[in-house]
Amino acid sequence: MPKLKINNVEIEVEKGTSILQACEMLGHEVPRFCYHDRLSVPANCRMCLVEVKPGPPKPQASCALACADNMEVFTDSPMVKKARNGVMEMLLINHPLDCPICDQGGECDLQDQAVGYGFDRSRYYENKRAVKDKNLGPLIKTVMTRCIQCTRCIRFAEEIAGTPDLGMIHRGEDSEISTFIEKTITSEMSGNLIDVCPVGALTSKPYAFQARPWELKKTETIDVHDGLGCNIRVDSRGGEVMRILPRLHEDINEEWIDDRTRFAYDGLKRQRLDRPYVRDDKTGRLRPGTWEEAFLKVSERIRATNRGKVAALAGDLCDAESMVALKDLMRSLGVDNLECRVDGARFDTSARAGYIFNSGISGIEQADAILLVGTDPRKEAALVNARILKTWRGKRVKIGLIGENADLAYPYTHIGTGPASLEDLAGGKGAFADVLANAKNPILIVGAGAFRREDGVAIQGLCRAVAEKYKAGYNVLHMAASRVAALDIGFVKDDLDLPAMQVVYLLGVDNPDILDQINPDAFVVYQGHHGDAGAMRADVILPGAAYTEKDGLYINTEGRVQFAKQAVWPPGEAREDWKIVRALSAYLDRPLPYDDIIHLRGRMVREWPHLAELDALIPAEWAAFGNPQAPISKDAFVPAVSNFYMTNVITRASLTMAKCTDTLLKSAVMGENGSVAAE
Amino acid sequence: MAFDQVARSFMLSEIVKGMALTFKYMFKPRVTINYPYEKGPLSPRFRGEHALRRYPNGEERCIACKLCEAICPALAITIEAEPREDGSRRTTRYDIDMTKCIYCGLCQEACPVDAIVEGPNFEFATETREELFYNKERLLANGDRWEAQLAANLAKDAPYR
Repeated sequence: MPKLKINNVEIEVEKGTSILQACEMLGHEVPRFCYHDRLSVPANCRMCLVEVKPGPPKPQASCALACADNMEVFTDSPMVKKARNGVMEMLLINHPLDCPICDQGGECDLQDQAVGYGFDRSRYYENKRAVKDKNLGPLIKTVMTRCIQCTRCIRFAEEIAGTPDLGMIHRGEDSEISTFIEKTITSEMSGNLIDVCPVGALTSKPYAFQARPWELKKTETIDVHDGLGCNIRVDSRGGEVMRILPRLHEDINEEWIDDRTRFAYDGLKRQRLDRPYVRDDKTGRLRPGTWEEAFLKVSERIRATNRGKVAALAGDLCDAESMVALKDLMRSLGVDNLECRVDGARFDTSARAGYIFNSGISGIEQADAILLVGTDPRKEAALVNARILKTWRGKRVKIGLIGENADLAYPYTHIGTGPASLEDLAGGKGAFADVLANAKNPILIVGAGAFRREDGVAIQGLCRAVAEKYKAGYNVLHMAASRVAALDIGFVKDDLDLPAMQVVYLLGVDNPDILDQINPDAFVVYQGHHGDAGAMRADVILPGAAYTEKDGLYINTEGRVQFAKQAVWPPGEAREDWKIVRALSAYLDRPLPYDDIIHLRGRMVREWPHLAELDALIPAEWAAFGNPQAPISKDAFVPAVSNFYMTNVITRASLTMAKCTDTLLKSAVMGENGSVAAE
Repeated sequence: MAFDQVARSFMLSEIVKGMALTFKYMFKPRVTINYPYEKGPLSPRFRGEHALRRYPNGEERCIACKLCEAICPALAITIEAEPREDGSRRTTRYDIDMTKCIYCGLCQEACPVDAIVEGPNFEFATETREELFYNKERLLANGDRWEAQLAANLAKDAPYR
């Protein structure tokens, strides 16, 4: 534990702490460009220079110098000030003076620090250097002349995303960041390069010139594009979402988000349902209607139908409030045909431990052996993949995969493709069985794809058997943001006979497989926000709100309850989903006993107290779930996601995601440049 | 006291003084002007009607940096931008609500490319409010009409900036 003095204040720090970190602990600001908390330390920008005694009579780069006993550090001595001014002047020799047209303007590290440490005029008359812009694909815009060679992007691509696409070529004044050969960046985390870049060299292409940071309203909320519930900040202007940025949450997404979360927001402005639609009895086509008309039609049909023939399905993007309201309404009508597993998954929902990510996402870092079952985490939850990569980079954990071969950015042992390999492991056979047996803290990650088959319950039981045999953490990786909440509130029925139903209420369900199962003669009500597959099939459309347009609780795959805030208003006549259900309940003469969201939440918390524990990870009790004895087919596991960029209605409506599919998936096989499969 | 007052009243001295002043001004040059046929002098810094200027090659100067929108204390300016076909940053909408504007001149101070300026024109009264909601087209037309004088005024003021 070295003890040192910083600006004459004594501090004791952990061994290995850099001076920059120690300064931060004391609240002394140290400017920096290349240093980033989560990346390696190259010490090449020289902005963080401080004076250190004893030592040579010159400033030292504080990010790369570890604290030692009896050091005396000064962060604002004349020597330091002179050094910083010099470094800043040198960086500005070649940096263009184009802040007014730069998208980073207003939130630029270089701009801020030039105000703090720079000099307001130049001593140079020579021409500034110019660098050719690179084409990095449809998401990232480059203006390489602005680059200050901090190499954060190179380190991010290699260390966090696991796609070492970028590098620095040439030397001195000619040095530039490049992809070596002309190619686009194929990482699904590439949007983070924009945040990592301290200047305007890498900026967002879809957001180019759209807005300035100071005119945006910032709303801190939760993402719904995957099951992780990444913390995001929605920046909006005048009722329009302008961009989405990550927010720090150490246990979920650290400070990254994937490209779907970041760039799919333009889907929120297209294909929206902004008024109720009713299918015309004469023409058989959907026509715009009024709320009254739509509610009357729905209530009429539900009244006229045998309650055993009414079903309600909850889709992937629903908030807990709307599902509870719908469940309450259906229960008051005597309907118990409720189902949330609209992706066709079958698994035992009796024990909470059986369907959540028990170890927690940050728990992956404690693992010393990881078994992936029927999952491609890179496509299903890119941040879980980033976490596994981080763990692998830290201690070279052994990783095994049962399922289709995938490029995962780290090397893994491919054990097999089907449940047979899982049975072998449960029986202690195979090389990876020894790895699991010798590991102190192994974990098992079961993907959503593994349960999407007839024998899902058996697979679940088998996974439990493997987890129990090796004392491994059992984790289910859901892809739908609504799933765990729906399971927690009991929005399930195991033997639902969907083809027999005469009235089907779809709460944001757009999965084609389940829509195909609905009886062609059935009356279908679709409540949701996008005109996609579900709305096409519907007889009445009730326009709801997307995730940026309503307050709501979401439970991520770990079982963590998080609160999403409303950033903008729903378009046109669309309303928050729970309010629609509440209004419909009045037409059915079964008014729900809550008129505002406070009372609704109160009702939820009374029945499920864990919904009040925001952002807490409550361990689930281990129980015997699944049925390992049930017959298991020999079929291989099928990946749950084929196209990372198109997984829900919002992404399907998004132009940016369409462009990504076009250029990144069709022209180049995603991740072909990645790591070697199999050790 | 009373005698003074009486004497002044009888000798009409105040009237005489007043008339003397009147006659004196009859022989001095006039101070009023025959507006609108004659106009008074204007400072090159005069802040009148807004205009968006162009470069001599016809390219519009405004680069949609939105600094004028940000600094406007009356929130009179509204800008929307997107990349033009050639990839350059340009406005798709540049509106000034002249009924909100307080003619403080901060927009032209903020402009890094001297695009938005307040010109010497102060005669733009209209019969309806709507005509005072200027759009980009109108502002550029103003710029084209007043360019010679705008450029001259900027040049005159340049040494003091």
